[in-house]
Amino acid sequence: MNLTLKIWRQSGPTSDGAMHTYQLADVSPDMSFLEMLDVLNEQLNEKGEEPIAFDSDCREGICGQCGLMINGDAHGPEVTTTCQLHMRSFTDGETITIEPWRSDAFPVLRDLVVDRGAFDRIIQAGGFVSVNTGSAPEAHSVPVPKDDADRAFNVATCIGCGACVAACPNGSASLFMGAKVTHLGLLPQGQPERDERVVNMVAQHDHEGFGGCTNIGACTAACPKEIPLDVISQLNKDLRTAIKHGH
Amino acid sequence: MSTQLKTPTLVKGARASRTTIALKLGMALSGFVFLGFVLAHMYGNLKAFAGHDAFNEYAEHLREIGEPMLPHEGLLWILRVGLIGSLVVHVYCAVVLWRRAARARTTKYVMKKQTGATRASLMMRWGGVTILLFLVWHLLNFTIGKVNVQGGATNDPYNLLVDTFDVWWSTAIYIVAMLALGAHLHHGIWSAAQTLGWTGTAAKRQRAKTVGFVIALIVSVGFSLVPLAVLAGIITK
Repeated sequence: MNLTLKIWRQSGPTSDGAMHTYQLADVSPDMSFLEMLDVLNEQLNEKGEEPIAFDSDCREGICGQCGLMINGDAHGPEVTTTCQLHMRSFTDGETITIEPWRSDAFPVLRDLVVDRGAFDRIIQAGGFVSVNTGSAPEAHSVPVPKDDADRAFNVATCIGCGACVAACPNGSASLFMGAKVTHLGLLPQGQPERDERVVNMVAQHDHEGFGGCTNIGACTAACPKEIPLDVISQLNKDLRTAIKHGH
Repeated sequence: MSTQLKTPTLVKGARASRTTIALKLGMALSGFVFLGFVLAHMYGNLKAFAGHDAFNEYAEHLREIGEPMLPHEGLLWILRVGLIGSLVVHVYCAVVLWRRAARARTTKYVMKKQTGATRASLMMRWGGVTILLFLVWHLLNFTIGKVNVQGGATNDPYNLLVDTFDVWWSTAIYIVAMLALGAHLHHGIWSAAQTLGWTGTAAKRQRAKTVGFVIALIVSVGFSLVPLAVLAGIITK
């Protein structure tokens, strides 16, 4: 495959960036999207140019590090992470536009790399359960209904990649927060801190500069883990309950 | 772009009532007040099909509800105060959330698809502005100003209605407004249900979306029937 790549280049957090165009020949359809960028970077290295910076780690779709806006879709045209996207999803001769996540809460550090520390701070604000450390308790000592356990597990698959924010026309992180609040709220261990959790997480979310949700649904369409919109309803319900409890 | 990176801080003393979700709750609850209003208003409008006297009697009766316990137009003013209050809440929350959304992405994408979004969901803000502008004209037309676009009398509600919708461009304004209202309700009703936390499963979400679509259709068609019937000569003086 021969491709024309339009890629955002930016040398540092405070410098101005611009789209640059690159030609890449002989791309195998079996390459992953990131391997295709690796090939481009090798060629740039050989020419003595600065390679394109992008995030990646596990390259098996479970770590949440990679994430690019590809032709206007977060993680590209398939429902998966950028590392699990393959070049067979594109056509020979295609022009591919590659941009970093655009959110003022995720500042661009360099080229396609953004700082998602805002997500860490939302988790720090309330996305946890406080438990005594030491020897693990007997797993069956706290019963959890099967449906709740399944649902908690399904939404716990959120890898915090930020595609929901990147896709949202409002730049909201509600799907991310909803996944965490639903996951912990379904389990007995999540109950003692339930009200504080939702209030602190949403307040931190707002403080970071994410937008408010208008239930458009672009987030769930972009989510590589297919987190459903239900979790935003649960998030809203938990916040409403917290208001009722005087938080 | 190219601004100095902020030093991140953690929020202290968070209050639920100060969050974006509290604003969304304000949108949802005030929106439901408007939904109740438009359904009642549409019912009243359809009285036009019952003829001159039935329509005008209905209009007069609205002013007499609760008499003599309430003064003339008493209940009407209670409802109006509730509606004005809801309008203030709805517009205030919308403006704050709109500004937040604009600040959340100051550098736009070169290329962005709206995968997974319905057209109605993307039209909420400008559609809302359209409805607000229409509301100003509508109140000037029938309530505050009583403007007869044909220059005739304005003291008879039924005749003012017929005079208004006999003019094609006047009817066109109302039809465009009802399309905007229909789109607004189509997304707004299910979105409000979601904001209130009523759509915690895929089945409930689908039900809320269906209810939203059906009510939006009923309201936009129901309101459009009277102007179109006047223009078609079905409703006459």
